[in-house]
Amino acid sequence: MNKNELLVRVEGLTKQFGTLKAVDDLSFSIHRGDVYGFLGQNGAGKSTTIRILLSLIAPTSGTVELFGYPLKTHRKEVLRKIGAIIERPDHYRYLTAFENLRLFAQMSGCSSKREVLMEKLDLVGLASRAESKVGTYSQGMKQRLGIAIALVQDPELIILDEPTNGLDPQGIADIRNLLLLLSRSLHKTILISSHLLNEVEQVATRMLIIDKGKKMVEGSVDALFYPSEMLVELETDAPEVCFNLLQQSDFANASLNQKGPLIELQIQKQRIPLLTRFLVQNNVGVLGIASKNKLEDYFLKLTSANQHVDPYSN
Amino acid sequence: MSFRFTLICGFFLFCSAHGFAQNATALLQTVKKKIDRVDDYMATGIMKTDIVFIKTPVSRIRTYFKRPDQFLIKRDGGLSLLPKKGIAINVNSIIPANGYTVIDVGTVVLWGTQLRMVKLLPTDENSDMVLSTLYIDEKQLLIRKVTTTTRENGTYEIEMLYGKYSEWGLPDKALFLFNTKDYKLPKGITFEYDDGSVKKELPKNKKGRIEIVYNSYIINKGAGKLP
Amino acid sequence: MWTLIQIEVFKIFRKPRTYIAFAAVLAIVLLIQTAIYVDGRKYLEFVMKDISERFDIGGNPVNGYFVCFIILQTLLIHVPLLVALIAADMIAGEANMGTLRLLLTKPVSRTELLFSKFFATSVYVILLLLWIALLALLGSILLFGTDGMMNAKSYEVVLINENDLMWRYLLAFGFAAISLIAVAALGFLLSVFADNSIGPIVATMSIVIVLTILSTMDIPFFQEIKHFFFTSHMIGWKGFFDMKVDADGNALPGTIANSKAILKSAGILVLHIVGFVGIAIGIFNRKDILS
Repeated sequence: MNKNELLVRVEGLTKQFGTLKAVDDLSFSIHRGDVYGFLGQNGAGKSTTIRILLSLIAPTSGTVELFGYPLKTHRKEVLRKIGAIIERPDHYRYLTAFENLRLFAQMSGCSSKREVLMEKLDLVGLASRAESKVGTYSQGMKQRLGIAIALVQDPELIILDEPTNGLDPQGIADIRNLLLLLSRSLHKTILISSHLLNEVEQVATRMLIIDKGKKMVEGSVDALFYPSEMLVELETDAPEVCFNLLQQSDFANASLNQKGPLIELQIQKQRIPLLTRFLVQNNVGVLGIASKNKLEDYFLKLTSANQHVDPYSN
Repeated sequence: MSFRFTLICGFFLFCSAHGFAQNATALLQTVKKKIDRVDDYMATGIMKTDIVFIKTPVSRIRTYFKRPDQFLIKRDGGLSLLPKKGIAINVNSIIPANGYTVIDVGTVVLWGTQLRMVKLLPTDENSDMVLSTLYIDEKQLLIRKVTTTTRENGTYEIEMLYGKYSEWGLPDKALFLFNTKDYKLPKGITFEYDDGSVKKELPKNKKGRIEIVYNSYIINKGAGKLP
Repeated sequence: MWTLIQIEVFKIFRKPRTYIAFAAVLAIVLLIQTAIYVDGRKYLEFVMKDISERFDIGGNPVNGYFVCFIILQTLLIHVPLLVALIAADMIAGEANMGTLRLLLTKPVSRTELLFSKFFATSVYVILLLLWIALLALLGSILLFGTDGMMNAKSYEVVLINENDLMWRYLLAFGFAAISLIAVAALGFLLSVFADNSIGPIVATMSIVIVLTILSTMDIPFFQEIKHFFFTSHMIGWKGFFDMKVDADGNALPGTIANSKAILKSAGILVLHIVGFVGIAIGIFNRKDILS
């Protein structure tokens, strides 16, 4: 597996619907083996981008390359290597799960042998309900069938648009486990979109946050969530003394700030033990120390307020 | 002299008229007798129908007759449209058994043959037939033409040509001419396919024509039993 | 492509609504047959009032061929509505169900997909016609026997011989297939625009109904323009039940009165099919799938 191989390369992608710019000069790339989290609030342009990747929507401008080929000219070859769920996966309600799966297998030109298909259904835990009409399925089961359908052609890239939408916690957990299995055991490259940060955080290796069609943040999840320098909140028995102490110490930097009983400070991870020792030695009782996740904060702001939020920078 | 002459003349005239009438009645009876020798027959032939609003192919037919009045024309492989029963289209029922007055109206030459014209007037006032004129070939005792006026079915004509079966008084060819009213299909019955061709105005009051050419008869063998 | 067509046919015949049309046809045919069985002679006398008053109709005029003709002229006005039910659902129905986007992410071109969908719709139309033929023609022949047939037109009655009818029916059913496929093509085209099948179904039905009504109105203006309505050409199948005549006015069995007009009508319908499907494919290929 060539980790550096680019499966998706999007350059300057723009999609205009009338006066609305749904996607605005978006660029990103996905490497083989990535679990790529695609985050943004509802209406941020995630679905439009995904639909462009799947050739459901024609871009107004920009380049889309999949597996090294322009999508426009190599649509069929490229789609053969992609399995996808777009929003709520829907199926033919009047057909059984097996028949649905077989139908899409035939369309993809891959094996529609019973054993092969049952294997896929088994993978998503639907083997026992293979002969039930999909009309009788719960939302979670439909979602899993959707994944089975996405997997039917043994794709190299799996694109999942909001796969946990409308699911109960158990359903969400099932999907998450399935994604981990796909990524870690089967080494699939996955693009997953969501409006929930924690959902993506638990499975993704890289992440892209967009807002109003524009790229806000992109990077590896480790770097974004576990930066070497982080913002901590200190709770002490003497905030003023503590603040003054810190101001004169070499811990001081521009981020030092007192917020009532709390003191905020940007600090490198490995220096946190030094900080606590320093305060204790100066007779300041440390009641608590908490790391504040900037990404979470930022994303919360982005999704809670429909206002402009400056791009988060690490 | 003049009186006697007148008287004689009058007598002769009366006699001749009476004699003619007697002759005509006798002639009719003779003809009828000849025709009545046919108890039943089955004939095959060809029928051509020429009625402006009926389009049908020339077709083979079988005609069945059994005395006194059973008569049927059956078309091979299709339906047949024939004027209503009130119209006698078989020779054997042209001359009614009785209930009419015979009037001799002299002779006429038709198709190069001298024919005697005999009018039949029904004595029953309610009879459908109002007047029937027969044109009879006296030598061969054959009815060549009939014009009949009826209350219900208008006026129709039958012309007959004889040949092989003239000894039985059965025609080789029979032609029926009758008045047809206009034909109209009730509106709203069907969506018509308009093929864009110009519909020529159908001639009004054109006579309907049915022509039957017989090629064989099986007479008095019981073949005339209606199928 | 062949696989795609098989898939689409499979889907059509697994859809419950497909069988509505088959059941409706069965019901209509049985009703007409029952009514004619009970009162056929009276109906005949009513339809051919001017004929039956003055002529004796010899033979079995209310036979299977005649009954089939009556059923066809009733049904072929209604079957387009049943065809619309399926054809207009072909794309819009999938858009509504959410399966369309899934289909389009599979490695098949949109043109191929639409073409196989249309082909499958045509298969449905033809099977529906075969069903009609089975019930209306064979069923009626079993029930009512055979004989020559009277075709009552507005200005004349055509008498067709018994042995001159079957081939006319075969051609008529073939023509009906073209007309119904033209309706299917219209429904198909409208289906491309909608994300919900009700709209295109109702629109297709309305277009067929409105054009049919206009073309049967005896208003000169409509009579002039009706040749531009494809619905006017849909009853071209009736043209097979008329014969040429010879110089003496005798009908010639085995001939068709105006085969040129029928061919022209068929050609116009085929052009409509090609046009509707072509436009549908053109639009669909450019369409953003947002459903």
